[in-house]
Amino acid sequence: MIAILKRELSSYFNSATAYVVFAVYFFFSGLFFCDYCFERNTASLAGVYGNMFIIILFIIPIITMKTFSEEKRQKTDQALLTAPISLFEIVVGKFLGAFLLFTLCCCIFLVYALVISFFAAPDWAVLLCTFVGILLLGAALIAINVFISVLTESMIISAVTGMAVGLVISLMNYFIQIISVDWITFLLGKINFINYYTNFTYGILSIIDVIFFLSVTVLFLFFTGRVLEKKRWS
Amino acid sequence: MVEVKNLTKSYGSIKAVDNISFTVETGEVLGFLGPNGAGKSTTMNIITGYLSSTSGTVTVDGDEILEEPSKVKKKIGYLPEIPPLYVEMTVEKYLEFMFDLKKVRLPKKKHIEEIMKLVRIDDKKDRIIRNLSKGYRQRVGFAQALLGNPPVLVLDEPTVGLDPKQIIEIRRLIKSLGKKHTVILSSHVLSEISAICDRVVVISNGKIVADAKTSELALGASGEQKLALEAMGNSADIVSAINKIPEVLRVSKTEVLADSAKYLVEYQKDADIRKDVFRAMARIDCPILDMQSGNETLEDMFLKLTSGEQGDSRPTGGKNL
Repeated sequence: MIAILKRELSSYFNSATAYVVFAVYFFFSGLFFCDYCFERNTASLAGVYGNMFIIILFIIPIITMKTFSEEKRQKTDQALLTAPISLFEIVVGKFLGAFLLFTLCCCIFLVYALVISFFAAPDWAVLLCTFVGILLLGAALIAINVFISVLTESMIISAVTGMAVGLVISLMNYFIQIISVDWITFLLGKINFINYYTNFTYGILSIIDVIFFLSVTVLFLFFTGRVLEKKRWS
Repeated sequence: MVEVKNLTKSYGSIKAVDNISFTVETGEVLGFLGPNGAGKSTTMNIITGYLSSTSGTVTVDGDEILEEPSKVKKKIGYLPEIPPLYVEMTVEKYLEFMFDLKKVRLPKKKHIEEIMKLVRIDDKKDRIIRNLSKGYRQRVGFAQALLGNPPVLVLDEPTVGLDPKQIIEIRRLIKSLGKKHTVILSSHVLSEISAICDRVVVISNGKIVADAKTSELALGASGEQKLALEAMGNSADIVSAINKIPEVLRVSKTEVLADSAKYLVEYQKDADIRKDVFRAMARIDCPILDMQSGNETLEDMFLKLTSGEQGDSRPTGGKNL
C-alpha cells in the first residue's frame, strides 16, 4: 500500500498533473479570497470555501483520471494484480495518493487564514471545521472518481464522466426544484452534497455530515474493489 | 512444484482454455507452445492470479492460488506478454517500486543492483523507461519478474519483437535461470522451445494436444527418419542405388530442378545412412549437391498437432507421443 501511495505521488509530481492542479486551485481560491475577504472586508473564509465547491468538482476528476484507466491501458495492472498484495491495498493506496495531493491543495487555506490573522483574529474553530469539511468532501469525490476511472480504459472518458457527475452533484438543488415527484426530490435531498458541505462552511461540525461523506467514500472504494475483482472472473 | 488441474476458462460460450492439466517439476523448464490465440496467455494469467479460472485449480507448492493468493503470488515472478512498465519512471525507480510492491525482504539496493547486472541493464539504470528500446524494456520486465528470487518464473512470449541478437541473449538468460528456477515459458516459435525447454506442452484451441520431452517430440510419431537429398544424374539410377542400402525403407523423388533433382529418403530409426548414401552416389558418379538429415521436424509436428484436430477424439488430458 505504501509502495503504491509513493508511486502515485511521484507520478503526480513527475508529470505536470500536480502543478497544473495546484495552479488552478490556487488561482481560483486566491481570486475568491481577494473578492470575499479584501473587497468585502470580512475575516470569514466561508464564502471562499463555498465557491471552491464547484472548482473542486472539476479539479478532482483531473487528479484521479489516471488512477486505474492508465494502468489498464499500459497493462501495468498486471503487475499490481499479480503482486502479493490485496485489492484493498491497491485501491486504498491509489485513493490515498489522490487524497494527499488534494490535501496539499487545500493547505492554501491555512495560508489565507494566516494572511487574515495579520489584520483581524480569524475564527480558528470555524476555519478548521471548514477545513475538515473540504477534506471530507474531497475524499468522497475522489472515491467516486476513482470508481469512474476503474470503469474505463481511457482517461479522457474518465475525466469527462467525472466532471459530468460533478455537474449533476452541483446542480442537485436545481433538479430538486424542477422535479415534482415527492419521493425523488426527497431522495435527491438526502444525497445533496451541497447541503452537507455548506454546514461545514458555517462552522457546524455535525456527525451526520461527517458520516455522510465517509460512507460515500467507503462505498465507492468498495465498489472499485468489486469492479477489479469482477474483471478477474469475467 | 506447479500443478494445473482441469483448468477451464470460458468467456461467455467461448472456451479459451478447455480442461487442461499438467504439472511442472521443480527445476524444470517447461515450454508452452501453441499458435496465436490458443489460450497460452490466458493460462499464464490464471497461473499468476491475474485472471480467475471458470473451474479447475492451480497449486504452487501445495498452495492454491485462490485460497492463498499472497503466498502463491510471492513465489511467482511473472513477465506478461507486454511488460508492465511505468514508462515515466527511471529503470532503477521502477525496480525499487516493484521491490516494495512485492514486499521482498532482501537488502534492497544490493538485490536490485544484482538483478540489473544479471539482465545487463545496470548501465541504463538512470534512463527513463519510455526512452528505452524494446529489447531493453523486455529486460527491465525480466528484472521485475526476478525481484525477490521467486522459485517459479512465468514468462509469456519473452522474445517476441526482439532482434536476433537480443533473442539469443534472452534465451541464454532463460537457460541460465532454468538452473535455479522452475520456468514456464510460452512461445509460438518452435526453435525457441527446442533450444531452451526440457519439456513441451502443445496447446491448440484451448486444449492440450501433446505433452512430451522436447527430444521425444522431435523424433516424431512414426519413429522413421528422413533424409532430404539433392543430386545430379539419372534419377532412376539414383533411386535404385539408394534402395540397395539395407536400412532404407522408401525413396521418392520430390522435385525436379534444372540439372538436378531432390529426393526424400525414409529409413529406419536408430540408423545413420549418410555415409552409405555418399558412397552409393560416388559409385554411380552422381554428385551430391545437398544433403539434410531431418527427423520429422518440430515444425511438421507442430503443424500436424495444431491443425485439423478439432473433430478428433483425442484425450484432452494430454497425450504422450
